[in-house]
Amino acid sequence: MRTPLSEKEVRSLKAGQVVHLDGLVYTGRDEVHVRALEKHDKGEGLPVDLRGAALYHCGPIVKDDDGGWTLVAAGPTTSARMNALEPRFIEAFGIRAIIGKGGMSQPTIDAMRKFGCVYLAITGGAAVLAAKGVKKVVGVEWLDLGMPEALWIFEAENLGPLIVGIDADGDSLFKKVDDEVRKNLTQVRKRLGVE
Amino acid sequence: MHPVSFNRCDAMISPELMEQVVVNILRTAVTSLPSDILSALEKAEDLETSEIAKTQLRAILLNVKCAEETSIPMCQDTGTPLFFVSGRCDGDIEKAIRRGVERATREIPLRPNIVHPLTRKNSGNNLGVGMPHVHFSPGPEDFVEITVMPKGAGSENMSALRMLSPSEGLRSVKSFVLDVVVNAGGRPCPPTIVGVGIGGSADIAMSLAKRALLRPLDVVNPDSELGELEEELLDAVNQTGIGPMGLGGRTTCLGVKVDLAHCHTASLPVAVNLQCWAARRASARLFRDGRVTYSKEGFALD
Repeated sequence: MRTPLSEKEVRSLKAGQVVHLDGLVYTGRDEVHVRALEKHDKGEGLPVDLRGAALYHCGPIVKDDDGGWTLVAAGPTTSARMNALEPRFIEAFGIRAIIGKGGMSQPTIDAMRKFGCVYLAITGGAAVLAAKGVKKVVGVEWLDLGMPEALWIFEAENLGPLIVGIDADGDSLFKKVDDEVRKNLTQVRKRLGVE
Repeated sequence: MHPVSFNRCDAMISPELMEQVVVNILRTAVTSLPSDILSALEKAEDLETSEIAKTQLRAILLNVKCAEETSIPMCQDTGTPLFFVSGRCDGDIEKAIRRGVERATREIPLRPNIVHPLTRKNSGNNLGVGMPHVHFSPGPEDFVEITVMPKGAGSENMSALRMLSPSEGLRSVKSFVLDVVVNAGGRPCPPTIVGVGIGGSADIAMSLAKRALLRPLDVVNPDSELGELEEELLDAVNQTGIGPMGLGGRTTCLGVKVDLAHCHTASLPVAVNLQCWAARRASARLFRDGRVTYSKEGFALD
């Protein structure tokens, strides 16, 4: 798949599918969400156009080599921290894919279904592999937020494997596992003598 | 804290050497995994039957290999710089550690993670008020031992403390540990290591839980009751099905490590400190004659 992604493209993806990504990918975690939505509420524009974009929950290590940035390591951060702001972010900026780890809560899933967006799970901690899927660092915005929290613009090349963790129908691998865990817990508690 | 000072004639451990050792152990810790963790991950990959779980563990193992070969941090979250210093502790160690962390951040490089907790302003060099944090345990040894644990925030954020009623006993301890792991789900980057601290006081329990994470996976608590508890909890947690990265599977956890301290008759504190699969640690011993020995496995419990 290549970004920017179309609504039709992301709606055709199904939970459990494995994909790789090419094209521009924007990092954004806690502080990017806060600032972007503040600007949106004030009617101000963003320095980047996120329509059809892939948003990566990632705070990379980037080296400042004279005249350019070199990406060192770029694994995902815990997506759940963005749960409270993500539904508005999806609606406001029209992103089509979120790359992260650990999955997201129901309000975000609802927004993904409504506006056409998927959640792509990338292996947590596998930061060297993830960086291999980035051809170059195209630029950075809001560096005053600090290296991990800034909005980095990557050009991805075969970034992945990414597992479709939540699709635009609202099907979630994480929810399936969660239901399975709840079922298993009765037996686990019994074995542990804590039912 | 009462640091024991070196005698003047012991001044062979120069601040420069100490600083260099700090950089060295940080580099070792963030770019390579101790063998006990690596072999547990390999075993887990073998044990899993689901393709998604296998994919996650294969990515982790390949990533670890690439990190070691290229001397690049295996995870972009190079953690909160936590240090454990024992033996002949000297007050200047803290200064040398600060300089070492600042240098390592530039040279390795580490991600500058440390911010003011309220303004969120990043210092850019991993230094701040109370950071890096150093736990001191002065002892009579003729060396000083420094261990670094670069602790990722994804797992740290899932830590929990509960002040249980003493009458609730062991049963509620087990239940609490299970609840913490289940509630954390895929967020702490499983397969995790679960550190459990029982007793002491609120702060002591959490400190025990964190320190327990430094114990190699193959070293069971020598107290047989606690050793059995570790095994029982590990078995229970792995029956939940959370699996690698919370995507389902048999390996939610690589090990459970429990330690205890005696406590007030009215209290039963229990703390759980989670560690992601990137269970990074490295140690060095500095002797008075200037010799340095290194270990990422932790020096044997000798």
